[in-house]
Amino acid sequence: MEKMKRRKFLGISAAGVAAVAGSGVLMPAIANAANVAGWPAAAFDAKALDAAMKDSIDTTSVKVSPKVHLTAPTIAENGAAVPVTVDVDHPMTADDYIESVYLYVDHNPTPLASAFHFSANNGQAYFQARIKMAKTDMVRAVAKTNKGVLMASKPQEVKVTIGGCGG
Amino acid sequence: MAAMGNPMVRMASHAKKGQIVEVRSLIMNPMTTGLSKNKAGKLIPAHFIQTVTVTFNNKPLCNVDWSTAISANPYLAFKMRAEESGTLEMTWKDNTNGVWSSKASITVA
Repeated sequence: MEKMKRRKFLGISAAGVAAVAGSGVLMPAIANAANVAGWPAAAFDAKALDAAMKDSIDTTSVKVSPKVHLTAPTIAENGAAVPVTVDVDHPMTADDYIESVYLYVDHNPTPLASAFHFSANNGQAYFQARIKMAKTDMVRAVAKTNKGVLMASKPQEVKVTIGGCGG
Repeated sequence: MAAMGNPMVRMASHAKKGQIVEVRSLIMNPMTTGLSKNKAGKLIPAHFIQTVTVTFNNKPLCNVDWSTAISANPYLAFKMRAEESGTLEMTWKDNTNGVWSSKASITVA
């Protein structure tokens, strides 16, 4: 309970802290210092799609496979919350399963959005999340099996309408 | 700003052995990128959840690494094969040392 209060306080005061610190250069350094252990900072900080892919899956070209299903709306009214579902048709047994699924948005400031690491006990390589998109762009998912085989989804374009009412 | 934290995990309370159940979760977090500015023109510092870890009966089930490209108040759904009764626990960690966790139980017949 004590911790919760502290969080709340920090959240409320965050804007104030920014004003006091004043410098945009200083803040990222502070943020990085508190990265959660094991969080792959290099891949997430990469500013271009190629670099983000290289840092996360060590290659920039992955064969598209019909087994990787990426579902996203063709038109998103709100780029701040675009629902994305990834589902991979692949067995999930102890010796053959989908180990990770990476989600990229080509031209976001940091293209790698999410890295989901499964175990065989998940039963199905599936997840749904909501992502932010800076503008109309391609979304792509790359699945990696425990044997290191990479499979990409068909890239899907999501049109982000800005300032419109669903137009 | 809405209250932070308030993690929620939902899944079916009963399942047949071997059935694949969906787990849905939600947590309150601003998920700011560190790139946008407030009305005074100052950068809003990055504040976002970086990792989500899921365990079932204290054994690792799956984990997720997130960037700032995940929407505010992140929703996450995934699946689990129900093999035994037990408790699923999710733990979220953000880049300002915030840690929240929540549990859900399932009875497998």
